[in-house]
Amino acid sequence: MSMEQLYQDIILEHYKLKSHSGRREPFGAEVHHVNPSCGDEVTLRVDLADGRVRDVSYDGVGCAISQASTSIMSDLVIGQPVADALRLHDEFLALMQSQGKSEPDEDVLGDAVAFVGVSQLPARVKCALLGWSAFKDATLRATAEEDE
Amino acid sequence: MTVTDETEVSMALDVAAVRSDFPILTRDVAGVPLAYLDSANTSQKPRAVVDAISDHLLRHNANVARAMHTLGAEATGAFEAARAKVAAFVGAARPEEIVFTKNASEALNLAAHTLGAGLRPGDEIVVSVMEHHSNIVPWQLLAQRTGATLRWFDITAEGRLDLDRARAEGLVNERTRIVSLTWVSNVLGTVNPVARIAGWAHAVGATMVVDGSQGVPHLPTSVAELGADLLAFTGHKMLGPTGIGALWGRYELLASLPPFLGGGEMIEVVRMDGSTYAPPPHRFEAGTPPIAEAVGLGAAVDYLTALGMDAVAAHEREITEHLLTGLSQTPGVRLLGPADLDDRGGAVSFTLTTADGFEVHPHDVMQLLDSRGVAVRGGHHCARPLHDRLGIATSTRASSHAYTTTAEVDRLLDALAYTRDFFGGAR
Repeated sequence: MSMEQLYQDIILEHYKLKSHSGRREPFGAEVHHVNPSCGDEVTLRVDLADGRVRDVSYDGVGCAISQASTSIMSDLVIGQPVADALRLHDEFLALMQSQGKSEPDEDVLGDAVAFVGVSQLPARVKCALLGWSAFKDATLRATAEEDE
Repeated sequence: MTVTDETEVSMALDVAAVRSDFPILTRDVAGVPLAYLDSANTSQKPRAVVDAISDHLLRHNANVARAMHTLGAEATGAFEAARAKVAAFVGAARPEEIVFTKNASEALNLAAHTLGAGLRPGDEIVVSVMEHHSNIVPWQLLAQRTGATLRWFDITAEGRLDLDRARAEGLVNERTRIVSLTWVSNVLGTVNPVARIAGWAHAVGATMVVDGSQGVPHLPTSVAELGADLLAFTGHKMLGPTGIGALWGRYELLASLPPFLGGGEMIEVVRMDGSTYAPPPHRFEAGTPPIAEAVGLGAAVDYLTALGMDAVAAHEREITEHLLTGLSQTPGVRLLGPADLDDRGGAVSFTLTTADGFEVHPHDVMQLLDSRGVAVRGGHHCARPLHDRLGIATSTRASSHAYTTTAEVDRLLDALAYTRDFFGGAR
């Protein structure tokens, strides 16, 4: 795999763009996730309303893969029904665990299909998953808060 | 030819000959020859080390110290001979001053547990902000267990220990019980004035522990000149296998310390109402030790001794100079640690920024270098407090050993320029 295939233009764009970054109010839950082996970190907030993801905001430090993945994730899930957003997480997780064997559906995963190359690199899969895992964790916590 | 010239000729390392002893250096990565610049992480192994381990396991394998048959005697002899080689390598007074551990981390934990047995609230332990996690966390745990206070040396802008500040703060004082410092920083490359700090420690009756993980593999080592009471180091960074490390200690000090792990091998007499313990070093070596690994480390020490540690150090100095010069001429590179060769080891860390002002994350640097066959380490190098102190999250590190060439350094420099431009939109 060439570096151009791994670091597709959309990934480099989002690395610098960081859509929806900067922690905002209001939020239902905030989580802090780290990759201990590499020091990548994200602090992520989720705001849920009427069964939808109203906002995702975050501060993070990390590699291009982890930062771009978090940025693209936020674009994809904001405005979606919570159940659909969590399904997207599962789809992305499946893609990352596919070891390059999956043909991702761009209609479902949108720009996140650009990470297909990452799934061939076991050491980098956790980078791509950092923001998504934080989103799922925060969403489940926010849901639990709402239920109480 | 004068005597001086002959000395210089005999000192020079024949790098091509050295490289021919390391089969791994001939392999390809990503379709190009490997340029291995990650020796501070782990060194490569010469054939002699692998052969020694293989020969031991295939021809002399038995347990040590208790098997009374011929093979047992051979295995015990090989294990104790390895201890003697390692002892001689660091200038120990006697082989019994070498305790085999599984790595430097275990050696430092051994030191913290045994030295710390008598610590009380109010006592102080001193480390530095440039330590590897393995020379921080065992002391944090010790402080938590005993109520002792952990204090640390800061660093100067150049990346050296801030001795002036330490003196002004009275960092080492009559409450100090233990000072534990790295000899050579695994990130900054700084060679610390260990003997001088040992003088401070000894003046107040404290014990001087030295983390030699990045020193012993690269520099001629004399425990007497270092002034240390305990010196931890690991085999896999000095051309030996993983799974074997050592703690050197002054014999009288070792003899005064309580056991660390309990079990077989470390006892004298065991009764159900109490046990007595073996003298050093076996007191600290509970259970069947890493025997073949010790034999491998002995072979590594033989190999390094045959090269001559003065020659190894001189060669690495040349590589480091080439690396420092090249990095200083590469736009976008910010060097961490001393820029000159004075009191400087071969680990060189840096950050990389694109022309449009974006700092390229070390994992991305590493990925692009790897695609060009260049192996480096990216991350916090198990020294997160140091990176916090430097105001950065992570860095990229290149490091060398006896087999490293200036051509490999040049390939790193080329690949760094490519990486910088790739992420700067100029791909």
